[in-house]
Amino acid sequence: MSRLEESSLYQLTTTRFRLFLREKEAIFWVFVFPILLAVGLGIAFRNRPADVLPVAGTTPQLTQALAAEKGLNVTTMDEAAGTHALAIGVIQLLAIETPQGVAYKYDDTNPDARLARLLADRAVQNAAGRHDAVAAQNELIHETGSRYIDFVVPGLLGMNLMGSAIWGLGFSIVDARQKKLLKRMVASPMQRWQYLASFLLSRLLMLVIEVVIFVGFARIAFGVPLRGSIAELAFLCVLTSLSFSALGLLISSRARTIEAASGLMNLTMLPMWILSGVFFSATRFPSLIQPFVRALPLTAAIDALRGNMLQGLTLPHLVAPVSILLAWLVVPFFIALRIFRWR
Amino acid sequence: MSSANTIHAETAANAASLSLTLSGLRKSFGDVVAVAGVDLDVAKGECFGLLGPNGAGKTTTIEICEGLTSPDAGSVTLLGMQWQHHATELRQRIGIQLQETQFPDKLTVEETLRLFRSFYRRGIAADDAIRTAQLEEKRKARVGTLSGGQKQRLAMACALVGDPELLFLDEPTTGLDPQARRHLWDLVDELKRAGRTIILTTHYMDEAERLCDRVAIMDHGRFIALGTPKQLIASVGGDHIVEFALAGNADGKMDAALLTAIPGVQSHRVDAGLHQLSVTDLHTTVPRIFTAIDSMGFDLTGFRTHSATLEDVFVSLTGRYLRDE
Repeated sequence: MSRLEESSLYQLTTTRFRLFLREKEAIFWVFVFPILLAVGLGIAFRNRPADVLPVAGTTPQLTQALAAEKGLNVTTMDEAAGTHALAIGVIQLLAIETPQGVAYKYDDTNPDARLARLLADRAVQNAAGRHDAVAAQNELIHETGSRYIDFVVPGLLGMNLMGSAIWGLGFSIVDARQKKLLKRMVASPMQRWQYLASFLLSRLLMLVIEVVIFVGFARIAFGVPLRGSIAELAFLCVLTSLSFSALGLLISSRARTIEAASGLMNLTMLPMWILSGVFFSATRFPSLIQPFVRALPLTAAIDALRGNMLQGLTLPHLVAPVSILLAWLVVPFFIALRIFRWR
Repeated sequence: MSSANTIHAETAANAASLSLTLSGLRKSFGDVVAVAGVDLDVAKGECFGLLGPNGAGKTTTIEICEGLTSPDAGSVTLLGMQWQHHATELRQRIGIQLQETQFPDKLTVEETLRLFRSFYRRGIAADDAIRTAQLEEKRKARVGTLSGGQKQRLAMACALVGDPELLFLDEPTTGLDPQARRHLWDLVDELKRAGRTIILTTHYMDEAERLCDRVAIMDHGRFIALGTPKQLIASVGGDHIVEFALAGNADGKMDAALLTAIPGVQSHRVDAGLHQLSVTDLHTTVPRIFTAIDSMGFDLTGFRTHSATLEDVFVSLTGRYLRDE
């Protein structure tokens, strides 16, 4: 055996790593679940081509005029059938030929119906010979970085770093305490700081795998941009993970049972899942609670990750979130060390 | 203080040959007094047993010795050192097996031992510990697949990897089947032969008799008896125990004086209708007991004899049975 293999810090760290890799459920939640979530959200919120709106005309001439508009899908119906189709949502608008000209039947509180009204009227007027007074041209953009998937990937990354750090540390430590293993460890000459350090070291090892798989997948499958420096992104991920590890350590420093620890973990994470802007911007919350929302570690982590990945901001521009994360690293860690229950 | 506390170990010749010294040890948890004044000397190479019912204070006493619980009063000296001053050195030199430690299910036997071996500056190879604990066939097996006896032997192996001079075993065979218990006893025998000092707790009388050079019987936080198993059994006053049950006569009364007057009968007690006599010469005493019972007009409904054990010592000292606790 080499000197390295004989060192207790190495043994403690590889033990942690082994125990994690042998826990199939943990592998799923840490590595597979975030990817499934990203795929699901990517599909649900993909940017689709503009919808073609279903409308109907009461005469073949009217139908023919409407069919010239690409944004409309036209059928011919008599007034009674058309009104029924409107009522059950099969069509958005019914164009009725009247002695004076044309009447549009639609629901003006429905945005699609209002759009159908604009398109239908333009088609009818053009067919009747109207010309545009001003020549207009369209320039279409589909910018990466402005899509929902681009917004949500850094959010999911932050949420995943939080979950794996808090659950990873919390459950392992409380489980060891509950099974009297912690007491057995401190009955041996093991150095206590090494026990805690082994959690951080194994966390960092897993972090590499976790982040590379998730960000790599988002980059390849969705083309999510990585505009900032990769080294700084790595730094932000490590800092985020260590901050949440310190929080996990604090949560698990006293709890004697898994049930008690679970409750504490959910109580800690639930407000952040909701408030910290994983799925929508945290700025949507009232200004009254903004200082609280800003101070949460997950808000800071996600702000920093979005700043790096989407806006390409460098660390000097991310001083505020990085400071918040540092505070969340230092304060809980030292409190946890002071109050940690070793038996 | 009971008189047992003043009994001094004959083996405690001089301090240099002592592995463990306790004096005036006390510990309470809230209103509950767990250890109520314990003094003890354990010599090097001795196998010492703390015997008593659950809740007698055995585990608290041994955990104070192990430096896991601090006493309210009194002092502990191990290998000439104290926990307050030499904790790091002591941890290196003692081996500990705790009650109910659950090692991680998903580590193998070998990985668990390599982990524990890494905590010690010197010690035996993990492989040697596996061999001593007779777990060679289970080397690559996950801890979760081991039987109760194998898990206990793994706990023992973890206590041995640091090659300790002083070994603490807290209820090493509790919850094991008879075969697994005997297997573990053989292992303790082997450790004794290797010259290690062993301190163990148990609530099995037969285990203490089989393994220990000296035994302290503990009840309500005190030592109520201390000595070799032979000495303690002799203190009951007879080598044999006669137990019998009776069906009533006309007035339903029994004169115990008639029984204790029989030569060779040392004492008499009744527990739940079962009469117990401690007796020295079985072959001459038993016929006289039959005669006495007959003369009082009783019918015998049960009768048996057995050699006196530590269980009988506990019953004669406390009036309670250990196995009932």
